[in-house]
Amino acid sequence: MTRTLLLIVLCSFSLRAANSDSFLLRGGTVHPVSGPDIPNGAVLVRDGRIVEVGAKIAAPKGVRIIDVKGLHVYPGLIDSASQIGLSEIGSVRETNDAAEIGDFNPQVRAIIAINPASEHIPVTRANGITSAIAAPTGTLVAGQAALIHLDGWTWQEMAIAPSAAMVLQFPVIQARSGSRARTGAVPFAEQKRNYERRIQELRRFFEDARRYQKAKAAAPAGFETDLKYEAMLPVLEGKLPLVVQAARERAIKDAIAFAEREKLRIIISGATDAWRVAADLKARNIPLILGPTLALPAEEDDPYDKPFTAPGELYRAGVKFAFGSFSTQFARNLPYQAAAAVAFGLPYEEGLKALTLNAAEIWGVADQIGSIDMGKWADLIVTDGDPLEVRTQVKMAFIKGRAVDLSNKHLRLYQKYLERP
Amino acid sequence: MRRAGVLLMAALLPALAAPPVVIRNANVITITKGNFKGSVLLRDGKIEAFGEKIVIPSGAEIIDAAGQYVMPGIIDPHSHIASESVNEGSISVSSMVTIEDVLNPEDIAIYRALAGGVTTAAIMHGSANAVGGQSAVIKMRWGKNAAGILFGNAKPILKLALGENPKRRGNPTGQTPPRYPASRMGVEDVIRQAFTEARNYRDAWREYEAKVKRGERALPPRKDLKLEPLVEVLEGKRLVHAHCYRADEILMILRLADEFGFRIHALVHALEGYKVAKEIAAHNAGATTFSDWWAYKMEVADAIPYNAALMFKKGVQVSLNSDDAELMRRLNLEAAKVVKYGGVSENDALAMITIMPARQLGIEDRVGSIEIGKDADLVIFDRHPLSSYAKVQKVIIDGEVYFDRDRDATERTAREREKKALIEKARERQKQSAAPARRPS
Repeated sequence: MTRTLLLIVLCSFSLRAANSDSFLLRGGTVHPVSGPDIPNGAVLVRDGRIVEVGAKIAAPKGVRIIDVKGLHVYPGLIDSASQIGLSEIGSVRETNDAAEIGDFNPQVRAIIAINPASEHIPVTRANGITSAIAAPTGTLVAGQAALIHLDGWTWQEMAIAPSAAMVLQFPVIQARSGSRARTGAVPFAEQKRNYERRIQELRRFFEDARRYQKAKAAAPAGFETDLKYEAMLPVLEGKLPLVVQAARERAIKDAIAFAEREKLRIIISGATDAWRVAADLKARNIPLILGPTLALPAEEDDPYDKPFTAPGELYRAGVKFAFGSFSTQFARNLPYQAAAAVAFGLPYEEGLKALTLNAAEIWGVADQIGSIDMGKWADLIVTDGDPLEVRTQVKMAFIKGRAVDLSNKHLRLYQKYLERP
Repeated sequence: MRRAGVLLMAALLPALAAPPVVIRNANVITITKGNFKGSVLLRDGKIEAFGEKIVIPSGAEIIDAAGQYVMPGIIDPHSHIASESVNEGSISVSSMVTIEDVLNPEDIAIYRALAGGVTTAAIMHGSANAVGGQSAVIKMRWGKNAAGILFGNAKPILKLALGENPKRRGNPTGQTPPRYPASRMGVEDVIRQAFTEARNYRDAWREYEAKVKRGERALPPRKDLKLEPLVEVLEGKRLVHAHCYRADEILMILRLADEFGFRIHALVHALEGYKVAKEIAAHNAGATTFSDWWAYKMEVADAIPYNAALMFKKGVQVSLNSDDAELMRRLNLEAAKVVKYGGVSENDALAMITIMPARQLGIEDRVGSIEIGKDADLVIFDRHPLSSYAKVQKVIIDGEVYFDRDRDATERTAREREKKALIEKARERQKQSAAPARRPS
């Protein structure tokens, strides 16, 4: 165990020392995700990009060869919902930068608040996750989510899509929580009134943004820039997707209706009840971010395995989705979200896609990441088995062709205290 | 309690009358007696035999588990399901309260845990105060009443709590007045004070009993329900589970227990246990931990997923617990993480969710492994239980099948139909009552 770790560390250091992001990985089983597996395959990487994938690739002169015999090569996994870099310790307010004050903050950007030195980054990538959505949270329009690589000296170097989507926290009715009615809970009628009022406020904000859009187009003298409405323009123009956080059936349906009326491109995230509206989602080609699947059923009388079977049902209904950890501390467990769905009926290949290619497509970066294909960034992981299995070890990881250090705070503390006399 | 005992007997009667059950062709993981491919025979709620080849009694019910895995039912040593309340947090010493009084056998979390392979759980008082309440050990006998889910004759347990949680009320953010303690210093003081009072109380009783024995006239001390459980701790009749995170507080509670002459049976969470593994092992304390939780609060900033493995390697009896109704459904995958982080063997990892928690709860003579004479509490998985894809097929408690995945699936349609009919009925009633009622003026 220790020897393997040492090897990884040595290996990654030697790669770093060479300061090279060109190499030939060969001898392992290559799982491109976009196509069939290639046993005893090879991947050629030059200047951080994948330039060739196949069964036999002749090593160009001077290119370092990394033998991965007996191992498996996958594209790096993508976490489609996290707060990595925005939150360090859950209960310590000073370490949290994911939420702003106010209902409408389209102008705030997660990317510039990403802490590249966050301990969560090396911890998460040690389990094969090479990129992640870091999303702001809040009430209603929360701000712009960033898609980042889990490696880089600065947030600028980490950015894949500095503004990947606008986050909308759809209003929520919390009529019940848990199996018993709680004392002091707000009565349903009042909750519903609040809910409808919030939706009205949301509509008004979009109306105002459209008026601003028109006003700006008319370019009157003395037109003043408004940062909030300005930030909404790419959303109104359909250039930036709106990622709508909506868990329950009512919210999902209302979110669909809202998007329809406003003619918006949306992604529904955290869509627990999506299986109840699968046909509607399919008809409108609305993609989903699912998770966590390792969750309790939403209703007391739902089948015990509903969170596990739902992704399979959505797949069979033709709905496209990717998985998210919806976490920072548990982001490294992302592959097991997919595994639970696979155990309960989602085809394995689809589970893997929902961690890679589907995510890249949903976030509009399939030309850059998500599969082992020519021209994409060499975001690769080398494992000793199926990455969805808990017991599998990630042996190497590459981000933009750079071998990343798989060590982290946890491993260092382990090694330190293992040595305690 | 006697009534509970009678009810418990009544609950078990059908199982007693049931025919023996043989699970055959299974990959059997006994935990303490090795692994083999063969059969397990259950009779009268107990494990009667197991082996590669066993004699199948006539009339036995056969469960064919070809290609499947049988292991002892999972034991969760720290859970808060099936309980109407968790904390009596209004005071710093609440040793007089017990979870047994507030068990809710209708909590759906019981069925869900069962469907995740859990057969036994310790339902604990929370960690809001330094000296918490008494816990209840239950079996997931879904469908039975509160007395029927009690494990029966389990050793009583007292909960202690250290660190951020018990001092939170000392640093209130809202309108509530502060409650002592506000620091780790105060937490130790509260616990020391409580056990000092308990010791004095015990001495007062001893003195009284000695006087009575000598034929002297004496007044008995006033009965103190708060101190009685603490005296049981001092006398080794009640187990102690101490909620803790940081190495400093772990060391503190071990030293305090040493001083008062009792043992900490389980350090609960103990996410920095790896830093003082040597001291924990020397005290012979168990540790029950999370596989990979960290960074949710300051006292878990140094939590590592290698904690279980490291403590185990340094000689600590380690178990895993859920503390959570969701995590409780997949403790087998938590065990898999101990293999991943620190390279513990697969069998040792499975021991952390079976025999190890049984020992920490003092019930290892009845559950936690497949051994002759132990309770027939078993779980059947379709794959190796450490696989991410393993699904629970059947769960047996006291020889009776309490969860069956196929049965669950077939009953779903009927339940859906029943639900629809009930909703329809309610709607009808609503319509009728909505009709204008004639009221006397």
